[in-house]
Amino acid sequence: MKIAHKTIKFLLIAAIALFSTVGFASESDKKQDNQNDGGRVNTKEEVDAYIKHHVKDSHDFSLFSYTSDSGERIHVGFPLPVILWTSEGLVTFMSSEFHHNDDGHVIVEKKGLKFAKIHSKIYELDNGASTVSFDADHHATNAHKVLDFSITKSVFGILLIGLLMLFWFSRLAKQYKTKKIPTGFSRVLEPLVLYVRDEIAKPNIGEKNYRKFTGYLMTVFFFIWILNLLGMLPFGFNVTGQIAVTAALAIFTLIVYTFSGNKGYWMHMIWMPGVPYLIRPVLAIIELAGALIIKPFSLLVRLFANITAGHIVVMSLIAIMFTLKETMGVAGATFLSVVLSFLIILIEILVAFLQAYIFTMLSALFIGMAVEEHEEAH
Amino acid sequence: MYNLIGAGLVVIGAGIGLGQIGGKAMEGIARQPEATGKIQTAMIIVAALLEGLAFGALILGKG
Repeated sequence: MKIAHKTIKFLLIAAIALFSTVGFASESDKKQDNQNDGGRVNTKEEVDAYIKHHVKDSHDFSLFSYTSDSGERIHVGFPLPVILWTSEGLVTFMSSEFHHNDDGHVIVEKKGLKFAKIHSKIYELDNGASTVSFDADHHATNAHKVLDFSITKSVFGILLIGLLMLFWFSRLAKQYKTKKIPTGFSRVLEPLVLYVRDEIAKPNIGEKNYRKFTGYLMTVFFFIWILNLLGMLPFGFNVTGQIAVTAALAIFTLIVYTFSGNKGYWMHMIWMPGVPYLIRPVLAIIELAGALIIKPFSLLVRLFANITAGHIVVMSLIAIMFTLKETMGVAGATFLSVVLSFLIILIEILVAFLQAYIFTMLSALFIGMAVEEHEEAH
Repeated sequence: MYNLIGAGLVVIGAGIGLGQIGGKAMEGIARQPEATGKIQTAMIIVAALLEGLAFGALILGKG
């Protein structure tokens, strides 16, 4: 009973905190409308632009937006800090200064430099320019990209999950030292930790070496899994659907298995024993390409494509509400969209776990290949 | 245009392959129910490798 009481209290506090912040964070601006970031979405093209916008990383959280009675556009969400490294040194400001504009119309001036946000990327205007001009393909002609170290939505998600994992797992570790059995939320984590160790690390890496790599595998597993689940929440995180994030994870795995490879692993890769000498260099090229390029590439593309595809499917099914409004009627289209997106989200929750499992599993498999003992006689 | 047709062909191939993997794994499980865990693990790994290929083709085909 005590635990249930605590949980209810926690949820209540979380809900109150969330709503009060949203209330403070809501802001209005009068100028622009009919843009793909905040305007009303009706046609297929607008839905397409909206989905493309959602899948990308962005500089602020937007929960929803609407047009008030007096005709102004109200955006509800949180701004995030923008941190830029320019010729004038470090420039920082809040992303709310762009007023949710994504077309480069709003210019922010800091330290004598002018900045504009175009398609979720921040551009610095060239000397003397006061507005951004575009060529036929809608590329900016008088602005260039700057080094952007902003706390974007994805960075915020990574930091949040990193801190949360640090808190959860250090508490779990501490409880093993002081008590016999973990209590509270640690009880949820314990079977998962054991699962990663006994089902993923041990059978794939081998009884002898698995301890060294279990920490890495566990970090990767929980990081991907929790971020995948975070992507299902209504704040629109799409962290594991950013190719940079999955590429970084794949490169970590590449580094781990490349530097822990033993003599037998490198021998079998570069100078395969037991095959004719003429074929050995050919095999070496194939094996090296496989180990250094194809394995990490398949890891990063699989996670990126699965999560991005999932988000696009969910958004498209929600968009049925608008696109089939005329043919099916409002109620019919809404019903169809709610049912389909509910079912797809159930599958997406499964995919969130499955992709974390597969990434960890393949990492363990690659590490296992690198550290296994080869018998010399073939 | 041709890249889209190529991506479609790869997806058809991947579908056939996934069917083969799933079907054979089912057969194996039916023959030896005690090896279910091992068969499932191997099945998921092969399916994941195949899926990586199909997604690679889709991305290259779209670009």
